[in-house]
Amino acid sequence: MPVPEHLEFFIDPNRCIGCQACVQACAECDTHRGYSMIQLDYIARSESPQTVPIVCMHCESPTCAEVCPADAVKRTEDGVVQSARKPRCIACNNCVLACPFGVPKMETPMELMMKCDMCYDRTSVGKKPMCASVCPSQALFYGARDQIERQRPRSRPIHRFLFGRQIIVTKVHLMVPFESPVAPMDVIAAFRETVIGHVFGPNFSAETMVGGGK
Amino acid sequence: MSLQIPDDRTPDGKPESEQPQWRRDFPIDWPEDNYISRRDFTRFLVLTSFAFAVGQTWILAMGSMGRGEDRQGRELVASVDDIPEGGAKTFTIKGTKEPFLLVRMSENTFVAYGQKCTHLSCPLIPQPEMGRLYCPCHEGAFDLQTGHPMMGPPRRPLPRVRLEISGNKVYATGVEDHRL
Ligand code: FES
Repeated sequence: MPVPEHLEFFIDPNRCIGCQACVQACAECDTHRGYSMIQLDYIARSESPQTVPIVCMHCESPTCAEVCPADAVKRTEDGVVQSARKPRCIACNNCVLACPFGVPKMETPMELMMKCDMCYDRTSVGKKPMCASVCPSQALFYGARDQIERQRPRSRPIHRFLFGRQIIVTKVHLMVPFESPVAPMDVIAAFRETVIGHVFGPNFSAETMVGGGK
Repeated sequence: MSLQIPDDRTPDGKPESEQPQWRRDFPIDWPEDNYISRRDFTRFLVLTSFAFAVGQTWILAMGSMGRGEDRQGRELVASVDDIPEGGAKTFTIKGTKEPFLLVRMSENTFVAYGQKCTHLSCPLIPQPEMGRLYCPCHEGAFDLQTGHPMMGPPRRPLPRVRLEISGNKVYATGVEDHRL
């Protein structure tokens, strides 16, 4: 059964409070019990407590699968990129290095790449992913688009990102301030920004968003 | 025919027909990947069964070609004095590369057989004192009198060389080959 089309995943790093609930909940999942597929990244640890949960964005053209020499990374018909297929994965780490979002994890003892599959066992039967079901601030939100638009009128979901010359369209959406430009978010440029101290206002650009929020 | 890849699912947005061949051979999406594997599997089945069929026909053809064929003509193999009683000598017959084995069983009895074991073609070791030709590979043995298998895996008798002794010379006059 495919993941229902009207239910989508939205990440809103602004709301992340760094509680690690998603990380723990992820490790509870039956398909990879004890291994969390989420990591909670600090954006600039010396300057801010701001964190952002890293879950798979499920690209339309997944770089991890593009670079896989063993043809092991596959996506199901509903656009969910799955963990590497065990009989094929050769633990070469290409996907880990190539993913622009840093999602795939190499489980070296298992010689297997494992990654966030949006809790396929749950979402494919209409439930929320583990992380979204526990996130207290709903920085990880799984639900209908009109619902999140209603609840977060000051934000806007984007799903186009620019990494160098590569434009990545993702299935999972990132919530950015409503005023930010509609162009794909230039992630590389954001690395060069100073992270803290931007004025949140009409001039706010998507780049500063990834750089550290308000 | 493979399933159509939607254009927004290719990295450069170009349609499937403009994508390199490998991208069509190794699709990222599960349903297409399964489709390709199924097609490959079918191709594998068809090709291997075809190869088996050809192989069997070839074996059959080779077998019927050699069956019951007798080579004629007289050819000098050795002189009687060359071989002591219980001794043996390998030889070949003109026009073939097959090795043969000539054994002097007693003063006046000579026998000659092909030296290739009929199991998997290991060279046989003559053991006239035990009345057999022994194959060390899988412990096979052939009766020295008749060339029929006595033990081990071989099932078919050895090709036997007809001999003719005139004066001091041993001649081969033909091979009785009962392959297959
Ligand atoms: S090859 Fe002679 S017994 Fe197998």
